[in-house]
Amino acid sequence: MYQIFKQILKTGIKSETPPQGDESLRVLEQRLQQDILDVFGGALAIRMVDAGSCNGCELEIHAVNNAYYNLEGLGIKFVASPRHADLLLVTGPVSRHMEVALKRTYDAVPEPKLVVAIGECACDGGIFCAADAGENYASCGKVANVIPVDVAVPGCPPTPTAILQGILTAIRTAT
Amino acid sequence: MPIKHPNLQLTRLTDAVPTWAGEIAVENLLEICQQVRDGGGRLVALWGSDARKLRGGFMLHVTLINETGLVCLHVPLPEAHPHYPDIACIFPAAARMQRATYDLLGMHAEEAADHRKWLRHGAWHSGSFPLRKDFDAAASRTDEVEDYPFVQVEGQGVHEIAVGPVHAGIIEPGHFRFSVIGERVLRLEERFGYTHKGIEKRFERMSLQQGAKLAGRVSGDSTVAYAWAYAMAAESIAGITPPDRALWLRALLLERERVANHLGDLGYLGSDVALAFGFAQFWILKEQVLRTNAALFGHRYLMDCVVPGGVAVQLGTAEKDLIEQECLMLEREVATLRGVYEEHAGVQDRYIGAGRIEPKLAAQLGLCGMAGRASAQAWDARVQFACAPYDKLDVRMATYRNGDVAARVFVRFEELFESLRLIRQILVNLIHEEEATPALEKLPPNGFGIGMVEGWRGEVMVAIHTDAQGNLARVHPHDPSWQNWPVLEHAVIDNIVPDFPLINKSFNLSYSGQDL
Repeated sequence: MYQIFKQILKTGIKSETPPQGDESLRVLEQRLQQDILDVFGGALAIRMVDAGSCNGCELEIHAVNNAYYNLEGLGIKFVASPRHADLLLVTGPVSRHMEVALKRTYDAVPEPKLVVAIGECACDGGIFCAADAGENYASCGKVANVIPVDVAVPGCPPTPTAILQGILTAIRTAT
Repeated sequence: MPIKHPNLQLTRLTDAVPTWAGEIAVENLLEICQQVRDGGGRLVALWGSDARKLRGGFMLHVTLINETGLVCLHVPLPEAHPHYPDIACIFPAAARMQRATYDLLGMHAEEAADHRKWLRHGAWHSGSFPLRKDFDAAASRTDEVEDYPFVQVEGQGVHEIAVGPVHAGIIEPGHFRFSVIGERVLRLEERFGYTHKGIEKRFERMSLQQGAKLAGRVSGDSTVAYAWAYAMAAESIAGITPPDRALWLRALLLERERVANHLGDLGYLGSDVALAFGFAQFWILKEQVLRTNAALFGHRYLMDCVVPGGVAVQLGTAEKDLIEQECLMLEREVATLRGVYEEHAGVQDRYIGAGRIEPKLAAQLGLCGMAGRASAQAWDARVQFACAPYDKLDVRMATYRNGDVAARVFVRFEELFESLRLIRQILVNLIHEEEATPALEKLPPNGFGIGMVEGWRGEVMVAIHTDAQGNLARVHPHDPSWQNWPVLEHAVIDNIVPDFPLINKSFNLSYSGQDL
């Protein structure tokens, strides 16, 4: 126990100031009422769905939970069930084999709900899909081809700051 | 010569890892596999290709490994009903690879115990095969979700727990079917293929350079290992060796990838036993490594840093000092944290004995890589087949006999310290002048090459076949997860359900890497 306390004290506080929202990331017009967003603002529950990524984006989504980005400090946490969630964080490209699971997960999230697509492939199919077709025999391409997307965050993978910014953009209305 | 057989003519490839290739008749396949198995060898990968245009029929490719090196057997199969004898009876790890080869190419393993589909869930019709050159994506499309017959366990009090494909945490998708009595797991059956996104088909329309980027995204956490294995295969076909400095830099990147992943895993292995302190501390260290990567190499996970022919990064003297300082800091901090983990009774209580794979079972099933070394499977490509620059580094392999979660944690700690030592050795050797890396533009026609790299999870292999114009005709990336996923089914038997996340994390296998 002594070692643990000593190490915690020595490490100190690493958390950094969170980024501001970025309206250019917004895909859809805000579908939600301002007052509902105010409710989400301080306590947001996220359900993460990997709909076929290479696991690069997952590494960065893990990283937003580390002490530097301190997601939980902002009142945002990842939950185990879509039924508990306000927002879906989806990485892609959406594989044909995950299409049904993603739709069902989306349907299981209670209204009102938000969707943030994370990463190049979730935004446009990325390297896994031919530029002309946007999809291939095993892939539906971008997340918006399968469920409605509010905010899309590009990057391969997007940095934790960009992911945080995407989430904050989704829950804050344009000012 | 690694294998002797009267009907086998092997040719040595100009490869960084000692590799031979040769063609054999399908009648001799079992005999040769048995011979390799009896000599203590293993199966690395099994895949197929459509050779109908090139020479007629289909081709089965089986890569085996023994203490001499890699042997790739090319087995021609007829165009009508292409079939070959089941080799899973010799190498159990072949079972899923054979099923995937049927789903993608329609090549049939006769007498196999399991003929269920593996990578095909119903997105394309049974009877149409995506990796055949005449595959018509539009005509084969279906939206039907096909049933998959799981093995049923019957008996009083047995019930099933179905988990996934969408998991409770931030994990890749896959399905686990537990048959349990109370808390005790009687059987686990895995069902994967959810992230199948047609990677192998995608390669066929790409240039060599685009292919390098795609190879780096087969499994994002092993991007350096894949990009290097791909480059190694391409360089083998072209018959070139990258400049010394580029090879040293590749090793530096690969070891940094290992450090970052082991740090992250050790953090999660803390939080999975309710030691949140472990997660917080290790992920601070991991974040620091990632930030250094971004500052020095332009990418937090080092994607696209290794390219065919060389590397796309540089390193100056000041940057070398920075890495050196970081290594010293990490050695110090990790040593402290290791002390905490080892002295924490609650942590050790969860680790010791959980998810044990005895060395004998590990050898039988072909467990490889980091998890294999924790069950006394002493294979490490950096040691046995030390390609440049590892031939000058004298890597110390970390092994352990217990095969439980504690053993896999032990091996991670040992490998972490070894990688930090290697990084400092590499920095000492990075004395060559900056050389212009001659970009590898195009490959010779009708070539075949293999690259194998010891990634943090295990041996990553990439095979490249070129066509008559020197374009990518077939690229097969192989993840060590193919070998290790089936072993996880054994590791959880008789453990309790709440220990599954911990046991699973202690292997930390890739879904995307094997779903392709």
